[in-house]
Amino acid sequence: MSRVARPLGASVDAVGPLSSDGLVQLLTHTGEAVENETFSPYAAHLSADDLRAFWRDMTVLRAFDLEATSLQRQGELGLWVQSLGQEGAQIGSGHALREPDFVFPSYREHGVALTRDVDLVDVLKIFRGLQHGAWNPKDHSFHLYTLVIGSHALHATGYAMALDRDGLVASGDPDRDGAAVCYFGDGATSQGDVSEALTFASVYNAPVVFFVQNNQFAISEPATRQSRVPLADRGKGFGIPTVRVDGNDVIACHAVTQWAVRHARSGGGPVFIEAFTYRMGAHTTSDDPSRYRSKAQESYWAERDPIARLETYLTARGELSDEFRAEVEAEAKALCERARTAVRSWEREPLLTMFDDVYALPHATVEAERAWFERYEASFADGETAAEGKAHR
Amino acid sequence: MTERMTMAGAINAGLRAAMERDPKVLLMGEDIGALGGVFRVTDGLHKDFGDARVMDSPLAESGIVGTAIGMAMRDYRSVIEIQFDGFIFPAYDQITTQLAKMHYRSRGTITLPIVIRVPFAGGIGAVEHHSESPEALFAHTAGLRLVSPATPQDAYDLIQQSIACPDPVMFFEPKARYWDKGDVETSRVAAQLDQPEGEALATAEMAKARVAREGADVTLVAYGPTVRLALQAAEVAREEGTDVEVIDLRSISPLDSDTVVNSAKRTGRVVVVHEAPTSFGSGAELSARVTEQAFFHLHAPVLRVGGFHTPYPGAKFEHDYLPSLDRVLDAVDRVMAH
Repeated sequence: MSRVARPLGASVDAVGPLSSDGLVQLLTHTGEAVENETFSPYAAHLSADDLRAFWRDMTVLRAFDLEATSLQRQGELGLWVQSLGQEGAQIGSGHALREPDFVFPSYREHGVALTRDVDLVDVLKIFRGLQHGAWNPKDHSFHLYTLVIGSHALHATGYAMALDRDGLVASGDPDRDGAAVCYFGDGATSQGDVSEALTFASVYNAPVVFFVQNNQFAISEPATRQSRVPLADRGKGFGIPTVRVDGNDVIACHAVTQWAVRHARSGGGPVFIEAFTYRMGAHTTSDDPSRYRSKAQESYWAERDPIARLETYLTARGELSDEFRAEVEAEAKALCERARTAVRSWEREPLLTMFDDVYALPHATVEAERAWFERYEASFADGETAAEGKAHR
Repeated sequence: MTERMTMAGAINAGLRAAMERDPKVLLMGEDIGALGGVFRVTDGLHKDFGDARVMDSPLAESGIVGTAIGMAMRDYRSVIEIQFDGFIFPAYDQITTQLAKMHYRSRGTITLPIVIRVPFAGGIGAVEHHSESPEALFAHTAGLRLVSPATPQDAYDLIQQSIACPDPVMFFEPKARYWDKGDVETSRVAAQLDQPEGEALATAEMAKARVAREGADVTLVAYGPTVRLALQAAEVAREEGTDVEVIDLRSISPLDSDTVVNSAKRTGRVVVVHEAPTSFGSGAELSARVTEQAFFHLHAPVLRVGGFHTPYPGAKFEHDYLPSLDRVLDAVDRVMAH
């Protein structure tokens, strides 16, 4: 894979994982289109409608993200994990996928979830503590969030190995073929499971795309604590083709992912993509980035906002009408309103459901404990539970 | 039909039967292909089923379990061989954090019918990390089932039932017993699994303990490698006038405490024997359950005979480290003294 060196301008680091060396870019941060011999063809199919759809998704996602942050601040959610700043990487790549591709997200991939038709409001159930998994992965070809960093890289690889076994790779009919796509961050590249996933993917030639969003921080630690070379180079030692892409360029992220999934689906094996982006928000609502990064750096990246970039491009071409903007604004507003209403109305499921689904078939210990707890709860004469603060005697 | 088999041969035959029954059954592990595994348990299977179904994996235990999870999401049933007990820990996170919890966190939408075979326990003069008994670490984790056969018959039945079970199963094979021979009836489990409710029947049966020998004075509880020892102790005790009942647990998770408690209510005396360290071990759990459920029937405290709170020692010490006939009989004497 030849890399096209197209520096972004001033970067936060000259070399290593925070450099802008060799990033594929199809839209500059000032909204000008650029050609890339290798990857422009993978964006050539995008119509003005497609680009408007990208802008709409990114805009709606950001509004939702800010709403969820507010809901956490109001005490309605225990925690929120913002995708702020990573909308381009997520929406661009997510829209390059279709059935039977299967996504294995980490926990910040709300944008990819949106492209897989997961109701973003449902995602809030996780952060309100109602359930660990708020959608059926099979309905969306979108696995549950994985919170232990990097573990799911192996699940994606195994899934890809199974796609291959099932005749869904290089089948002769490209529309049937599929790939697994695994999203993780710069911190995850240090995990052993990610290295093992790269090994398995490589030696079994599994159709899996590793999509790394290098948002430059693993909570507070800069990517330089994970690597001394660009993260994309991780793939090389495993014999896996790698691409480094401007993660705030939604069109480039889309094109690169298109290329990668076609490579994987057609039997070419795994691909490692590094999308170089910036986590504009905190790690989570519990984090305080002011303790470890500068305002100057945040300002630098604010100028590279993925949504503003596409907006500038579309506006300059007269393809973002006031009417469309109003429509998207209304859509975002409606989603946020629905989120607020839903979150405040949700009730916990009945207490004994916490014993459900530990096993697929009955297990004596769980059944005995469930039965005991049911009797214990029933022993409160007034029907209230111990958790509600009633004394037993 | 009945055949004479070693335990290793019974597991091999059980794996073969499972692979013939279900084309989605795969074997994964290190050196399980052409070599047939370091204990030769998969001998001949690679030749008959090929690379695609008997997979020599990269040398990465976490990777093996993690990729098996991904394959299970497309309905493959992987049977993983962990080469030795002490090598399971690189996979501990995938097993306890991912494999065990996926059904729960997916609200039952993802089942992971994966079997992890672990040759475990000592007594073979091996080097460090090759003789350990880490079963309690897995029995403590909700979402996993854990069985351990003591006989070729149970090895043959349990491996096939474990593969048919929709939940993840840790299958602990007592490596020192691999070459013990026994008669194996091969048609019963096949008939069970052919029934419409075969998975449920198999899963329920897996969870049942077996009374290996009936007795009236003391209940001796064992599993895997210590069942033979318990039976030997019962023979000696009989010569000394004590009638010992031996229970082979077969399953550690779930633990069939009903069978043990019922026995304890009759004998009033319980001794648990396992190779694992007694501290926080499965004997401790069993002791707690017997105390909770049969306290007023007990004539003596429940005693445990097992390994010590030390790393597994060098092979020249293992004869003394492991529960021996003398130590089991000593415990029987102590409960009989009450």
